Amino acid sequence: MSLLSVRDLTVTFGDTAVVGGIGFDLPKGGSLGIVGESGSGKSMTSLAVMGLLPRGAARGGSIVFDGTDLCALTERRMRAIRGDRIAMIFQDPLSSLNPYYTVGTQIAEAYRSHRSGVSRRAARKVAVEAMERVHIKEAGRRVDDYPHQFSGGMRQRVMIAMALSTEPELIIADEPTTALDVTVQAQILDLLAEVRRDTGAALIMITHDLAVVSEVADTVVVMRHGDVVETGSTEQIFSDPQHPYTQALLDAVPRIDDEIGDLRLLSGGEA
Amino acid sequence: MARYLVHRVFGMLVVLFLVSLFTYMVFFLLAPDPAVQICGKTCTPERIDQIRANLSLDDPFLVQFLHFLQGLFLGRDYGTGASAVHCSAPCLGYSFQSAQSVTDMIVQRLPVTAVVAIGAAVLWLLAGVVGGLISAVREGRFTDKFITSLTLGGMSVPNYVLALVLQYVFVVWLQWLPFPQAVPFADDPAQWFLNFILPWTVLAVGYASSYTRLTRANVIDTLGENFVRTARAKGLRPDLVWRRHALRPALTPIVTIAGMDFAGLLGGALITESVFGINGVGKLAADSITKNDQPVIMAVTLLAAFFVVVGNMAVDLLYSAIDPRVRVGAAS
Repeated sequence: MSLLSVRDLTVTFGDTAVVGGIGFDLPKGGSLGIVGESGSGKSMTSLAVMGLLPRGAARGGSIVFDGTDLCALTERRMRAIRGDRIAMIFQDPLSSLNPYYTVGTQIAEAYRSHRSGVSRRAARKVAVEAMERVHIKEAGRRVDDYPHQFSGGMRQRVMIAMALSTEPELIIADEPTTALDVTVQAQILDLLAEVRRDTGAALIMITHDLAVVSEVADTVVVMRHGDVVETGSTEQIFSDPQHPYTQALLDAVPRIDDEIGDLRLLSGGEA
Repeated sequence: MARYLVHRVFGMLVVLFLVSLFTYMVFFLLAPDPAVQICGKTCTPERIDQIRANLSLDDPFLVQFLHFLQGLFLGRDYGTGASAVHCSAPCLGYSFQSAQSVTDMIVQRLPVTAVVAIGAAVLWLLAGVVGGLISAVREGRFTDKFITSLTLGGMSVPNYVLALVLQYVFVVWLQWLPFPQAVPFADDPAQWFLNFILPWTVLAVGYASSYTRLTRANVIDTLGENFVRTARAKGLRPDLVWRRHALRPALTPIVTIAGMDFAGLLGGALITESVFGINGVGKLAADSITKNDQPVIMAVTLLAAFFVVVGNMAVDLLYSAIDPRVRVGAAS
C-alpha cells in the first residue's frame, strides 16, 4: 500500500487553477522527485499536502496518507500529523528560522508540540541528538546559538534536524539546496540520503534541478502549468523521456561534452 | 561598547546644553521684566533695583546663562553680604511667584508624574499589544474592523474631552468611582488608587490606539515571514505561532517607541494632569506658563529634554538586549 496517494488534486485561487487535477503515488520509504519550472505548481502541491496553502487558496481532490484522506481532516487533526508524521524542509534556511530563538529551542519546539509531558530538558536532549545526527559539530554547545551564527549549509542542517526530531514517515523538501552553493548542495543531498537510510522515511523532493532529482528520487513527476506531463522511474525519465517538455528540460541541462549551440526555447503555451 | 557609550553621553550633553541655552534665550528676550513681577503692586523703583541686583538681572545674557549653569552643577549665591541666599546644586533658582526653590518643587512633583506615566504605560502597552495582535490575526474580518474603528476614535478624541466625558460618566452619573480628593498613598491606598484610574485611562487611550495600529501592522508583516510558515509546518498550535513567532519579532520596534513615549511622559502630562488636578510636573508646567514663572518653565523644559534624551539612549541599549542579532555577534 502507498504511504501517500494523491488523486485529482486541484489548487485554485478563485477561478484560477494553479494545480489542475494531478495524481501520484509514493510507497513507504520511497522517494519521489517533482520537477518543473517556476510557476509549474510544484510548491503549491507540497503545501497542499501539508495543508498550509496561503489564504484564498482552495484545495480539491484527495490526498490519502497512510489510509487517511488529509483533505477530509479537521485543522486540529491535521495539525497532529503536520510536523510529526509529515515534516517539511524549506528553501531558504535563513528566513525559515526565527532569528529570535536559539536553534535548540526551535528544534525542541517541534518535538514538544507533538509529545505530551516532555520536559524542557528532555526536549533539549532530543535537539542535541538531532543536531548530532545531521553532523553539526559540538552540537551540545551550538544548540544555544542563534540562526545567524550558522552558515547557510549549517542552517539547512538545522532545518533537517528539526524535521528529523519527530521521526516522520514522510519528509517533503521544497528546493532544499537551491539557496546553497554547489559543494554544500552535495553535502545536504548526501545527508538527506543518509537520513532516509537510517529512519526509513519517504521523501518528496521538489526542485527545478534535474541533477538533484537524478541523485535522490526513485520516481519522477514532471509538472508544467499545474499539470503532470510525465511520470516514470528516474531511469526511464532520464534515458527515454516521452513527453516533448521533458525532452526539452533534459536538453536544457548543460553537459560538459556538448557542443555549444543555441539555447532551445520552450513554447510558452500548454504543451 | 565603552567607546559607543562615551560617544552617546557626549552627544546627550551637547543636546541638553543647546536646549537650555535656547530656552534661556527665549525667556531672556521675551519675558516681561521679572523684577516688576516679583515686586508686586506696592512697589518702589528702589525695591526693583534691589531685586534686579539680587538676581543679577543687569548682567549681560551670557553671564546670566553661565550663572544658571553654575547653579545647576555647583550651586550659587543670590545677593551679596548678609542677605545672600545660598542655593546648592542642582540649583534651578527660585520661583518668581512663591519664592520656593524650583528644585524642591520638581522633586515633590516628579513621583506623582512617574505614577501617572507608569500606570498609563502599563495600560497602553497591554491594550495596544493585545489589541494589535488580535486585529492582525483576524485581518480583514469583523473583529479587525471593529478594533480599527476604536483606534481611530481613540486617536481622534482630545484628552481634555475624554477626561471630562469619563469623569461625568463614571463619577457623576454611574458613580462607579468616588469623587477625586487628594490623599497621600499611606493614608488611604484605595482612594489613592481610584483617583488615578481615570487619568491613567485618559492618557493611555491615545497611545493604546497608535500602539494597536503599530502592533497590527508589524504582526501582519511577520505573519508573512518564512519562519512563521516553518512554525506552522511543525504543527504548532495557532496561538503559539502567533505569540512566539509572529508577535515576538514584531515587538522590537514597539519596545523602542514605548521607551521614548514613556520618557516623554516623565516630563509631565500637561493636559491630563491639569484637567484632573494632579499635582505633577505637567500641571506645574502649565501653571508656571500661565503665570510666566520663568525659572520654573526653564526647569520643566530642561527636565523634559533630559528624560527624552536619556530615554533615547536607554532605548538604544535596550534594543541590543532584545534582539539576538545585535546582542550576539555574526556567524562564527
